[in-house]
Amino acid sequence: MAILILRRLALGFLTIFMVSVLVFAATEVLPGDAARAVLGRGANATTLAALRRQLHLDAPVPVRYERWLGDLLTGHLGVSLVNGEPVAALIGPRIVNSAVLLGLTGLIGIPLSIAVGILAALKRDQRLDRVLSIVTLVLAGVPEFVVGIGLIVVFATVVVQWLPPVSMVAPGTSVLSKPQILVLPVATLVLVIFPYVFRMTRVTMIDVLDSDYMEMASLKGLPRSRLVLVHALPNAVSPTIQVVALTFAYLAGGTVMIEYLFGYAGLGQGLMDAIEVRDIPMIQAIVLLLASVYVILNVAADVASILVTPRLRRGRSWQAA
Amino acid sequence: MSAAARSAARSAWTVRSVPAWMRGARAFFARGGAIWGAALTAAVLLVVAIGPFVAHYSPIDFVGAPFESPSLDMPLGADIMGRDVLSRVLSGGTVILSLSALATVLGVALGGLLGISAGYLKGAADDLIMRTLDVLLAFPQTILALLFVSVLGSSFLLIALLVAAIHAPQVARVIRAAALRVAGEDFVEYAKGIGIPPLKIMVREIVPNVIGPLLVEGGLRFTYSIALIAGLSFLGLAQDPPAANWGLMLNENRIGLTQNPWAVVVPVALIAILTVGVNLLTDAYGSWAVQGNRPGAPQPADIKAAEILDGPL
Repeated sequence: MAILILRRLALGFLTIFMVSVLVFAATEVLPGDAARAVLGRGANATTLAALRRQLHLDAPVPVRYERWLGDLLTGHLGVSLVNGEPVAALIGPRIVNSAVLLGLTGLIGIPLSIAVGILAALKRDQRLDRVLSIVTLVLAGVPEFVVGIGLIVVFATVVVQWLPPVSMVAPGTSVLSKPQILVLPVATLVLVIFPYVFRMTRVTMIDVLDSDYMEMASLKGLPRSRLVLVHALPNAVSPTIQVVALTFAYLAGGTVMIEYLFGYAGLGQGLMDAIEVRDIPMIQAIVLLLASVYVILNVAADVASILVTPRLRRGRSWQAA
Repeated sequence: MSAAARSAARSAWTVRSVPAWMRGARAFFARGGAIWGAALTAAVLLVVAIGPFVAHYSPIDFVGAPFESPSLDMPLGADIMGRDVLSRVLSGGTVILSLSALATVLGVALGGLLGISAGYLKGAADDLIMRTLDVLLAFPQTILALLFVSVLGSSFLLIALLVAAIHAPQVARVIRAAALRVAGEDFVEYAKGIGIPPLKIMVREIVPNVIGPLLVEGGLRFTYSIALIAGLSFLGLAQDPPAANWGLMLNENRIGLTQNPWAVVVPVALIAILTVGVNLLTDAYGSWAVQGNRPGAPQPADIKAAEILDGPL
């Protein structure tokens, strides 16, 4: 089992390394020339040469990659091409804002989805369960920005105007200073993650409730609440851990559209801003950061599932499929 | 003729003249989810198919005031530039739908090919394919797709290939499991025993028996393709203005939600209806195939894994 976990960690490192190569290739090598991309149509030979020197575009590719990676690993993220400020200082507050958004989503969304999942499992095939299965089918189908726009239409503009439709704050202000701007983005992301955690909880809970030991426990005459909370729940929660980790990994990418939709000053919106003006160092830093979070959470999900699933303690993860 | 004789005659007629596939189709559409799914999907497909021909205005002509309210002339009002919202809606799904279909077909074909090869050939080929796919599956695909599209420009082929590349590993994982099961069956052993070459066995014996899981995967992947491509459009990365595109329309017109909500509500509803419809159809097909125990039906384990793990996750 230790070997399996170590192998998974090694695969994680390999993935992050390959992502860094891809990011480097996409931003520094492929489009011909980042300097031309930055300067656009207004480029002339002198400015191009100057910017190329500034971006170290005149060195051979492997050397540039080595220098680029070395800089990143020692915390030198470079300066923004737009305003010359250090990238680290620019993305710092954005990291905090995105973390607030995801943290709140997790704190509200996960217990909620698990609780509703257990409820649906207990009321299996009754009306509530059927309604919930339709709701999750709809929610799992529609893209996340559709959920967000739906909430904006209903709660912030057309139907009622209870909440702000955009979540902007003045630069340098904490998003927590205006809690009402967090409501819609968090609600959107909660609805986005709900179907996955809900379904996993419901399915595992049904498996547990159907098991022999649950029947034994109920035959012994234990009260239903104790049956569910003490005997069933712990066995149903462990498989759910993996889905929770995968959900957060997915959110590392999924927040981009939601932050962009609400104008929420997090990493995702920062990425879209940087893409619009082709601010290469910002793009690199944010993509690598989001990608690393994604990979780390994926590894965490796999390690968790190896630890809690006896049959995965042998063999490779995909063989258990 | 007595009632009993009449019904006997009718059932004899039914049995003789209705082909098996039609009876299967009837059983399929007897499910509520299938009817709803088919109706919703068909409605959107109809809009996309005939829309450009029935539109009153050109989608890029300026015919009214910005965010003008609905009128007889413009039933859904005008958008941010004063273009007819209805005309733009009618031609705004073509690119999203055709790109999603192309990306799904490419992704499912490639993933199916890899999965069947891995599941049938086993051994070193299986190891090589699945290890590589393990790495690809661990990639933060959405973020990388965003990066490549934004840097390399929004060419249709690039988007289709990127989305297909995202799908392939997931499809391969599911199809490999199905192919492994089929590869252990007697008829495959027999075909192997009488010396039929591996390629022919894969095409003639394995493929027909993994059609079920392939279709279910295809449906799930199609939903995800639409979500991803509509999302890229919404971010302004799939088509440039003044193109009519539901995703792009949301982005352009959300600023005028209070003045003319239709410019946002209608495109967003169409995206939602399309994805929900395809999802319902996929779901209904999956449970129908399992219950009817059709040849090549996806196994319950496939459905369960697909339901929980697929989609954007």
